[in-house]
Amino acid sequence: MDLFIHQVLAGLATGGIYACMALAIVMIYQAIHHLNFAQGEMAMFSTFIAWQLIEWGVPYWGAFFLTIVVSFIGGVVIERTVFKPLHNAPILAHIVAFIALFAIFNSVAGFIWDFTIKSFPTPFGQESLFGSGLMGAHDAGMIGVTLVLLVLLFLFFRNTRVGLSMRAAASNPDSARLVGVRVGWMIALGWGMAAAIGAVAGMMIAPVVFLEPNMMLAILIYGFAGAVVGGLTSPGGAVIGGFAVGIIENLAGTFIPVVGSELKLAIALALIVTVLMFKPTGLFGARIVTRV
Amino acid sequence: MTIDRTIASDDAANTPVAGSATKARMVGGIPVAWQRTAFFIAVVIAIALPFLVKNFTIFQLTTVMIYAIAILGLNLLTGYNGQFSLGHSTFIAIGAYTTAILMEFAGLSFYGTLPIAATICFAFGFLFGLPALRLESIYLALATFALAVATPQVLKLSPFEHWTGGVQGLLVFKPEAPFGLPLNSDQWMYFVTLAIGLGLAVCAVNLVNSRSGRAIKAIRDNPIAARAMGINISLYKTTTFGISAAYAGIAGSLSAVVVQFVAPDSFTFVLAIGLFVGLVVGGVGSITGALFGGLFLVFVPNIAEEVSKGLAGAVYGVILLLVIYLMPAGAVGLIRTAAMKLATRRR
Amino acid sequence: MSDPLLKVTGLQGWYGRIQALYGLDFEVPDKGVVTLLGANGAGKTTTLRALSGMIQTAGEISFAGQSIAGKVTEDIVRLGIAHVPEGRGTFTAMTVEENLQLGAMTRSDTRAIAEDIERAYAYFPRLAERRGQQAGTLSGGEQQMLAISRALMLRPRLMLLDEPSFGLAPLIVEELFAILVDLKEKEGLSMLVVEQNAALALEIADEAYLIETGRLVMSGPAQQIGSDENVRRAYLGY
Repeated sequence: MDLFIHQVLAGLATGGIYACMALAIVMIYQAIHHLNFAQGEMAMFSTFIAWQLIEWGVPYWGAFFLTIVVSFIGGVVIERTVFKPLHNAPILAHIVAFIALFAIFNSVAGFIWDFTIKSFPTPFGQESLFGSGLMGAHDAGMIGVTLVLLVLLFLFFRNTRVGLSMRAAASNPDSARLVGVRVGWMIALGWGMAAAIGAVAGMMIAPVVFLEPNMMLAILIYGFAGAVVGGLTSPGGAVIGGFAVGIIENLAGTFIPVVGSELKLAIALALIVTVLMFKPTGLFGARIVTRV
Repeated sequence: MTIDRTIASDDAANTPVAGSATKARMVGGIPVAWQRTAFFIAVVIAIALPFLVKNFTIFQLTTVMIYAIAILGLNLLTGYNGQFSLGHSTFIAIGAYTTAILMEFAGLSFYGTLPIAATICFAFGFLFGLPALRLESIYLALATFALAVATPQVLKLSPFEHWTGGVQGLLVFKPEAPFGLPLNSDQWMYFVTLAIGLGLAVCAVNLVNSRSGRAIKAIRDNPIAARAMGINISLYKTTTFGISAAYAGIAGSLSAVVVQFVAPDSFTFVLAIGLFVGLVVGGVGSITGALFGGLFLVFVPNIAEEVSKGLAGAVYGVILLLVIYLMPAGAVGLIRTAAMKLATRRR
Repeated sequence: MSDPLLKVTGLQGWYGRIQALYGLDFEVPDKGVVTLLGANGAGKTTTLRALSGMIQTAGEISFAGQSIAGKVTEDIVRLGIAHVPEGRGTFTAMTVEENLQLGAMTRSDTRAIAEDIERAYAYFPRLAERRGQQAGTLSGGEQQMLAISRALMLRPRLMLLDEPSFGLAPLIVEELFAILVDLKEKEGLSMLVVEQNAALALEIADEAYLIETGRLVMSGPAQQIGSDENVRRAYLGY
């Protein structure tokens, strides 16, 4: 039983990473209704920018917020330059564009900062909590940051005009234009926000997994799993989904003999498929009821 | 989700242009004679090439055709039936391992393993097609991607190690040319692949233009209307998945003997994504597009490497972006537009 | 007579490469109601979409003395043209109240917006009852009421209505058109109404135009059009 509780705790800690990533994924899905396969690489790139700033002597929180701003602008610029021309292109072209972005970010990061792993500082300290060594101060801090982000996003989408406009633009672009919403800019804004949240996720994750150009690949897949399990339309669901994936991954790795560490990823993916079989919109995804 | 219908489509090639001014028979705005000539020239070049180039180039060209076969299979699924797959590397792996294992442990010849690999992949594809029925567009892409990611991990699992060779993989022998033909094994496998590829392309064209093919496309364009017309959507979708997987399996089987080696890390999701890229670059919903997709997959990464070693990935990404901006309907779309313009001018 | 609120000259419209409108000329007077009648596919919806900048157009469109041809939808809306689209354009996943707030997206006078929401609820009490409900769960009639209310939230000078009666029960249609008459008389709102139900549209309109395959074939005061022998036979069915 002790082992079980420990594993749940450890799962919660890794789940925090996935939850953070899942949140970023859901954000961009809300804005553009596509899954951005390059999201992890964008987050990785942002984290490198933060690392570089810190190397240059910028204090942690200064680098943190500066990186968020730079990432936001970067996200908007990517949408305006790369994806706006593809506006009417089929979904297949979008996926290929994501793949292209993925290759570009990965390669450029490796070119500038090379592929050796770098350690990334944590603002929360490394001492462990609960005396178990399973959840450290950083893990707790990361979970805290994720939850704060979630609350902020919730308030933004519920209570601000821009938030409302973004939801309108995503759900019914034509109709949104007819009430005067500038749909194109809302999409760009969504990209900016997703890039910024991705940057936060990257900076929270980097102290745990170490910084290198390929650090985000597995995390992105887990993040997808979390987002899909929770429901792509629900930021809260994505966070819960992320935690769930972390816990299940840990429990499966511990209690199912064949699984071990190798198959953990497969477990996450089996989870996606299973959930989708029974609830195509995820556990907390909005079932949009429409009467015709 | 319907695949956008502005994409290059061989469907157009089957609707004769009504009231065309000239006597020449036109298909899709291009004279049939031109298409026949182009095909004839292509076949002649394909047969002559292995006698003109180095063995390594022959190997590369064989790889192009193998990719083309897999992309053709993917095209049947995605281009014609509207089901996404980012997981076709799995079926390639199954085909390759079937051939490797049967040659290693059952002493079968390569040619004997080929139909078995195709059949097994058809079965796997059909079975995977069942849960896929419940998933739409992006969710299906994700589920198939999951399959692609899990495949190398499963192949490495210790319980199967005796059969799969674990991380090490298995060595495979490349067959020599039979009947004392004056061909080395690279040239021989090139012709085997060419023959199989042509055969499969003909099958694909016939399938797409058949009654069943129309049903498959109807499901892509409007599933509700298709159902209303009495098309058994589930059966068609799962069968298409099976056929598509069988194509990939044949490609995998060929790749096992051509590369003379199977290992889990040859079949990662990178391969699956590559096929997807090849599909879009070549031309979604076009049979000939698969060949261009194969060429892109084999040669463009090399070109990118030539341009810049350190930034090869970035160059590849930029080329990819340029391709989708400049050729929104793929290579075939571009060629078709050019040929149509030329044909109109000649008139 | 003052200048018309909307003046359209030689309006052409395309869907991609296919031309759908071939040079329309018509006007909507200030505080007047004009109806555009025609069969399915004649180009009624296309005309409205052209006015809102949703399709490619050529020709001159002047609104309140200002040219709006070639402007993007978002800017046209800001000038005070509210479009109630075909199919009602409901934001299905949002609540009724959020839908109304979206209607006022171009305004920033928070207090007046709140008042206008209450005013919309006064016109359509059924929406008030359902203000917290997901808009997609409303009945067809309620969604049409919501669409009109959402358009009113813009405080428009001109409202474009695309088939407001489509798919609704006769009783609901009656209720809806009574309110449109109210809006015309009390608020002095100008309207361009596209309808298949010609009899209904002629009742509230001052002027009527008849459109066939992208061309205007007849125009005049609504009463005169309504009593025309050919129109009666073709569109009114008696």
